[in-house]
Amino acid sequence: MRGLDLRIEPGERVLLLGESGAGKSTFLHALAGVVGDDEGESEGSLLVDGQHPAAMRGRTGLVIQDPDSQVILERVGDDVAFGCENLGVPRDEIWQRVRHSLDQIGLDVALDRSTSALSGGQKQRLALAGVLAMQPGLIVLDEPTANLDPAGVTEVRDAVIRVAEATGATIVVVEHRVSVWSDVVDRVVVLAAGGGVIADGAPADVLSRQGKELAARGVWIPEFPPPHPERRTRGEQHTLLTAERLAFGRAKTALGAPFDREILSSQALAITGPNGAGKSTLALTLGGLLAPVDGAVVASPALAAGAGEHPIRWKSRELLTRIGTVFQDPEHQFLTSTVRAELEVGPRALKLSTAEMSDRVDELLTRLRLDKLAEANPFTLSGGEKRRLSVATALATRPQVLVLDEPTFGQDSRTWSELLALLARLVDDGSSVIAVSHDLEFVDALADSTVVLE
Amino acid sequence: MIPIAAVNPVAKLGAGLIVSLFLIVTIDWVSATTALVLELVIIAFMGIEPKRFWLRTLPVWIAAPLTALTILLYGRYEGEVYFEFLLISISDGSIELALATFLRVLAIGLPAVVLFISIDPTDFADGLAQRLRFPDRFVLGALAAVRMVGLFLEDWRSLELARRARGVADRGRLRRLAGQAFALLVLSIRRGSKLSIAMEARGFGGSQQRTWARESRWGAAEWLTLLVGLLVGITATVVAVLTGSWNLIVN
Repeated sequence: MRGLDLRIEPGERVLLLGESGAGKSTFLHALAGVVGDDEGESEGSLLVDGQHPAAMRGRTGLVIQDPDSQVILERVGDDVAFGCENLGVPRDEIWQRVRHSLDQIGLDVALDRSTSALSGGQKQRLALAGVLAMQPGLIVLDEPTANLDPAGVTEVRDAVIRVAEATGATIVVVEHRVSVWSDVVDRVVVLAAGGGVIADGAPADVLSRQGKELAARGVWIPEFPPPHPERRTRGEQHTLLTAERLAFGRAKTALGAPFDREILSSQALAITGPNGAGKSTLALTLGGLLAPVDGAVVASPALAAGAGEHPIRWKSRELLTRIGTVFQDPEHQFLTSTVRAELEVGPRALKLSTAEMSDRVDELLTRLRLDKLAEANPFTLSGGEKRRLSVATALATRPQVLVLDEPTFGQDSRTWSELLALLARLVDDGSSVIAVSHDLEFVDALADSTVVLE
Repeated sequence: MIPIAAVNPVAKLGAGLIVSLFLIVTIDWVSATTALVLELVIIAFMGIEPKRFWLRTLPVWIAAPLTALTILLYGRYEGEVYFEFLLISISDGSIELALATFLRVLAIGLPAVVLFISIDPTDFADGLAQRLRFPDRFVLGALAAVRMVGLFLEDWRSLELARRARGVADRGRLRRLAGQAFALLVLSIRRGSKLSIAMEARGFGGSQQRTWARESRWGAAEWLTLLVGLLVGITATVVAVLTGSWNLIVN
């Protein structure tokens, strides 16, 4: 980012938009004074209250996207107190501030409650409480709701608004999902990818003038929803997997009641439900990665093709053409140092010919817009690119069943609609897709059938 | 019952260290037995659930006989010899030394484990920083890192499952584990840097003198804990000296 001229008045609530890579996060980090002088280059000046941001630490509070990475201490009260301690606030006043902050953000748990027992939405509100206790004049939020389920999104949004109203603090928030914030901010600023400002003004104004273009660049604008794919008529369905009295869980204890289900070809099955209900565990169990606690996952002869009827006993290589799994965090799946090599892992394990392998890889690179990144390191890709790559690695071995865990988490609308189109085509062509998702719009658009875990 | 959980962790650490100091300067079975008996009596009054006690101290119960066995086979060659084979020899000397070592590992290991199972990391960090004046940055950095261990375990599990899903889990287990360990390292560095941004954004590492929301208390209970450690050590030494079995290890 360069050439940005922007003035934010005290007490304003600003929603910052722009396509991925426009430097929004960097800008927020700079505002919060956590970008060191040794991290990259800078030109021009950035002042908060007329001073260098690093000198204003504590006057500016930052909330980031990942709930797990900003919980600092083990107990709720201590975590909220952490900022105050660093600012040298006297002990008695710290605890007054801690209680007041928790009240304001509406987190009604004991001070000695373990922070790891909180839900994602609660963790984000905890981070907000920690910021609030420092009594900041400016609060910056970097996609604070991107990793949350719908209930968590509302929780966090409402807490931010309450805080803004009670304290009069200036708010700057970056988020792809405009509808969450458009009614509660009083200014929208759109940043250009190269630098500078494209649009700046009242939300309704900016969104009506720039909405269409922003939507095309991946920003979620309620008036311009991403396109849904056209569905084709599908062929005859047959059973691929059967869950028989299936009990699933991470340890020996089962989560929920025994589960019966047939997984069909040409079918998209969505697994939904609140955090902690065991959606991911069920998906991994159906995917032949976790052993059932009780009951069984049975593969039909058509799917097993000689590999035995229990996917959990299949060899790792036997899974490849039968059941592919895309994990929630793409980084858990990456094995190599280039995008192309990453796509070759599966085909190589199947001992495909070099020609066949490069055909498949090239086709996937183009189809998922990764061709320009073929030599890039997977870990350096953007969130959307990582997600597309992790899906592509599973598709490279053409599994009959594809299991995905929260495929649309934190994705911009462009990647979202591409993923949707891709999965819809797979289903129409005869594959079975099983997707764990909080994303109601995604489930609506794709799923033929839904399992709701309580 | 002794309310040991409420005692400042620094005092518990201190008591454990004091007992060990007395026990590592000598190597005889009398001092170790005396210390062990006293410790077991004290532990019995701490009200630890038996299942928890055995589970947590299991490593000590395994380590003690293993160490003793090594000494039995390779230890001091002295007195009557009962068995000899290549470098292995069992003699009066090695038997006595093995017994002394067995008791010593228990006498040092058991109280250390028992004192530590009741330590809360946050209280321990508070104690280190406020009582022993360890640097804030070091203590709080370490504390935050401890909290991430749970996340690392989850990451490790996911990495393992992901390798199976990618079709590479059938062969080359050693190489795969090495790759997995490297991936975990990369992930933990990323998590660590995000965490440090979150900490910095809350004013951590600034020039401002830090205050502490929780006071690390130090009073009669803490002095008493240290005193008990001292008494156990002294009693063990005195008994050993009186029975003539105390032997300074440097000799």
